[in-house]
Amino acid sequence: MRYLPLSDADRGEMLARIGAPSVDALFADVPQSARLTGPVAGLPLHAPELAVERHMSALARQNMVAGEVPFFLGAGAYRHHIPATVDHLIQRGEFLTAYTPYQPEIAQGTLQILFEFQTQVARLFGCDVANASMYDGSTACWEAISMARRITRRTRVQISSGLHPHYLSVIRTMARFTGDAVEAQAPELSAQTDVAALAGAITADTSCVVVQYPDILGRIADLAPLAEAVHAAGALLVAVVTEPVALGAIRSPGEMGADIVVGEGQSLGVGLQFGGPYLGLFATSQKYVRQMPGRLCGETVDAEGKRGFVLTLSTREQHIRREKATSNICTNSGLCALAFSIHMSLLGDKGLSGLARLNHELALKAAERLSRIPGASICNDSFFNEFTLILPGDARAVVRQLSEADGILAGVPLGRLYPDEDALAGGLLVTVTETTQPDDVERLAMALERALA
Amino acid sequence: MSLNQSGWRPEAPVGDSRGQGAQTATGNRALMLEERLIFEIGSSESCGVDLPAPDPAAPPARLGGLERAAPAGLPGLSEPEAVRHYTRLSRQNYAIDLGLFPLGSCTMKHNPRLNEKVARMPGFADVHPLAPQGAIQGALAVIHELGEWLKALTGMPGVAMSPKAGAHGELCGLLAIRAALDARDDPREVVLVPTSAHGTNPATAAFCGYRVEEIGATADGRVDMTALEARIGPDVAALMITNPNTCGLFERDIHRMAEAIHAAGGFLYCDGANFNAIVGRVRPGDLGVDAMHINLHKTFSTPHGGGGPGSGPVVFSEALAPFAPLPAVRLADGRFHLVEEETQADHGHGQSFGRLAAFHGQMGMFTRALAYILSHGADGLAQVSGDAVLNANYILRCLERELDAPFVASGPCMHEALFSDKGFAEGFSTLDLAKALIDEGFHPMTMYFPLVVHGAMLVEPTETESKAALDQFITALASLARRAREGDPALKSAPHFAPRRRLDETLAARKPRLVWSEE
Amino acid sequence: MNRFFTEEHEWIEVNGDIATVGITDYAQEQLGDIVFVELPMPGTRVDRGGEAAVVESVKAASDVYAPVSGEVVGVNEQLEDEPSLVNESAETGGWFFQLRLSDTAELQGLMNEEAYQAYVAALG
Repeated sequence: MRYLPLSDADRGEMLARIGAPSVDALFADVPQSARLTGPVAGLPLHAPELAVERHMSALARQNMVAGEVPFFLGAGAYRHHIPATVDHLIQRGEFLTAYTPYQPEIAQGTLQILFEFQTQVARLFGCDVANASMYDGSTACWEAISMARRITRRTRVQISSGLHPHYLSVIRTMARFTGDAVEAQAPELSAQTDVAALAGAITADTSCVVVQYPDILGRIADLAPLAEAVHAAGALLVAVVTEPVALGAIRSPGEMGADIVVGEGQSLGVGLQFGGPYLGLFATSQKYVRQMPGRLCGETVDAEGKRGFVLTLSTREQHIRREKATSNICTNSGLCALAFSIHMSLLGDKGLSGLARLNHELALKAAERLSRIPGASICNDSFFNEFTLILPGDARAVVRQLSEADGILAGVPLGRLYPDEDALAGGLLVTVTETTQPDDVERLAMALERALA
Repeated sequence: MSLNQSGWRPEAPVGDSRGQGAQTATGNRALMLEERLIFEIGSSESCGVDLPAPDPAAPPARLGGLERAAPAGLPGLSEPEAVRHYTRLSRQNYAIDLGLFPLGSCTMKHNPRLNEKVARMPGFADVHPLAPQGAIQGALAVIHELGEWLKALTGMPGVAMSPKAGAHGELCGLLAIRAALDARDDPREVVLVPTSAHGTNPATAAFCGYRVEEIGATADGRVDMTALEARIGPDVAALMITNPNTCGLFERDIHRMAEAIHAAGGFLYCDGANFNAIVGRVRPGDLGVDAMHINLHKTFSTPHGGGGPGSGPVVFSEALAPFAPLPAVRLADGRFHLVEEETQADHGHGQSFGRLAAFHGQMGMFTRALAYILSHGADGLAQVSGDAVLNANYILRCLERELDAPFVASGPCMHEALFSDKGFAEGFSTLDLAKALIDEGFHPMTMYFPLVVHGAMLVEPTETESKAALDQFITALASLARRAREGDPALKSAPHFAPRRRLDETLAARKPRLVWSEE
Repeated sequence: MNRFFTEEHEWIEVNGDIATVGITDYAQEQLGDIVFVELPMPGTRVDRGGEAAVVESVKAASDVYAPVSGEVVGVNEQLEDEPSLVNESAETGGWFFQLRLSDTAELQGLMNEEAYQAYVAALG
């Protein structure tokens, strides 16, 4: 078998050296009744590469590939062009098959990149510090709420109706065990976000207010007044960014006063991959560093005085604190963080703002065209590259029809995200990025017109 | 205060002139190239991506008046500079592709390149999670097929595919246990954890609202059954074990443990980090396990990537399966269904404890793991555990006269061998040996874990090491063990040949610098 | 002599009903380089044997217990910037916190310096 280097002769020699009659004898501690006598029943036996490739290709062919059709989906997972360099670099064995950098002398590659990544994320979000990444945006969002509870010692969590419903669902699952009292409701199809209403509802019990920027319907709100109101009450503002490319065009939440900024880094360097693995981003102020979850990389010197990097402040983590850890997370999303960092290094400020401007321009043109569809309207005053198109009737049925009959992936119908909210049933999230082809918008528009006629 | 039982006392690193050859003007040493930070070599004006110029005819912006006033301070690099930067940095990393990586309980096996090819097929890589179900049947088929394999290999009827990593999987398992107890109105307060457990176990239990109590080990390195049976009671929600345990030994009394906890109405959680020792030969379901997380990045060869991403699906017993998180994938009427909140009741998931993460799980790891599993097949996987255990025992036997192996008398180890620092000269530690192992061309083994052994060294070679690789590793370790017993001072200043000497972790923790700044 | 010691390697120096608490030199040596000390908030009530502070090295976090019950009336703020003080002068400048004692009788159960040294010697 191609992944197993030992030959029968090797095994024989080794068993002789060990003094055991057979490999089975080494399993003597396993109760006899639990030892299988042959390969697990009902499962196929080993297969060569070619056969495995064929099997997997056949499954891959049963999926609609985003790059092959008119494609307008977003809602927390975005299709951007990843420069060819990124995938080549992350496949270097020294990155791909390296471990967590617990032995820093032979992991300076990983560690220096994490330090660069932390700096990039902190600057992008407008914060002092960032961690070495988390599983994804949704779990990073929960960790922020957890951190706010530790800092404020309060439990009332106010969540904007503009937060991604999957993220809210995760928060609700976890909050049952921490005593956090979560207040949230479904969004309305209004032109503006609910930021003003949130500010008005803050009380002395509020630990944090959580807002998404841009929000689930694509709307962009000024967070500065909200930040003021939150701080006046002694609470923390948590901002969630599911599309970091937006920050190439709009102000960062950190500079508007957010205390913790979390997000989903998937847009840069990490493809759609049917939902994972993704990349949680987490940034905050210097004064909260010891309350941060996740791994942290810090600068230091070696015994010869050379600059180097190490994982640090590890005593927050569960392998040391056990029951008293700041979170139970072990893993960061290392390879995805690397991909993000490489992509971001290729872009820089100039490329990021250029990319953002291009996204917004294309979205503006698409919005203009789609708003001319009889019966349809754009919900948003503001948006970056994703907006909500309001259709007459059920958007889910329209999306299904366009997918099956026209081979068009028209966007994410709000009914998919909010199946119980009839008021949102006509909403369709439409995302346009630099990968959207010029003709695709027209094809979408015409298909929608046909479907609605 | 509770003192440091592990034996690890960090000290500021000792510099010496060993390893310094002629100095160069650049600081480079032939193929070992120094590399500065992107903030020191890039600029806001550089860019490695070509973008079209702004369209003067574009409609006016609708950004809510929140246009950025100033750039974020992100340097850009041209493509050649980027390639050089990251290539140079990659060469400062040890990796499985370079050599044996003996980290106990991490299972650093070869990462097959077929996995990478399959994961990158556009039909997997370029698919959106929220596409209509008719457009993603192949993706759902992968999740389902992998889930069926995991159930068959573990002999368990239920599986949750969504946890994002091992620790996340532990959380999933304990949340299901808690949900099951809540459903029968039987709130319990305690979770029992062996003293040898990995820190995630008590951390997870504490998060779920349980008080953690430890059960000690016997002299032969296994859970003390007397202590366990004395403690189990109606207030115990679960016993969390690892089997084989973190000392690399199979818990022979596992059936007794399962019976005891079940008789008291609690559940048996198994940390699946060490599944590589028994995959294809023993099914945890047959041992009485109720929930076990599986690290796809350990047993099933998905790459560690310098720290992640992982994937931690969880298999469940009949009693816990109804409480598994959403989403799930079901096969019904010849089609695959992604079961989310909307249809959970229709597909038998009405009692799910909820969602653990956005979207559907680590699909990129599922395709890799499935390619690996299909490649090995049921027969190949049994060979995996056989060779893994053989390799570890070979190391144990070859080194037992050089290094103290506290449990060697109690019989064969499983897939990992545990050594201690007993016999080292005064003032010489496991840390010193480990840093010197770096100079020998190996990544150090797991150090100071499990806590039950002083100066612990946990060695897991995995099945993908050739006998020649093992022999070289044994030679290196035997030499270092001798030097540690003799008190060779050169160990104290190791490593000498790595890109960096020992780093001052105390300074990094006392004066944290977590981002680059201009000063 | 109003300095006492616990088996948990804390020292307590008593002055009337106020006592200063720290960890012993033996303890700091066992821990290695101290990187951070988490101190209780002034005003906190602690019980004898209860967790009062946490001292961190790079690889471990150790709980420090209150040798006697009382209310925290002061903490050593210097430790925030200079946790190394604990390594350099654990039994003087590296003190952790001050307590107003609630029950001076609790001091009876503690060791004097001689007894503590003997205790440490026996630990081997």
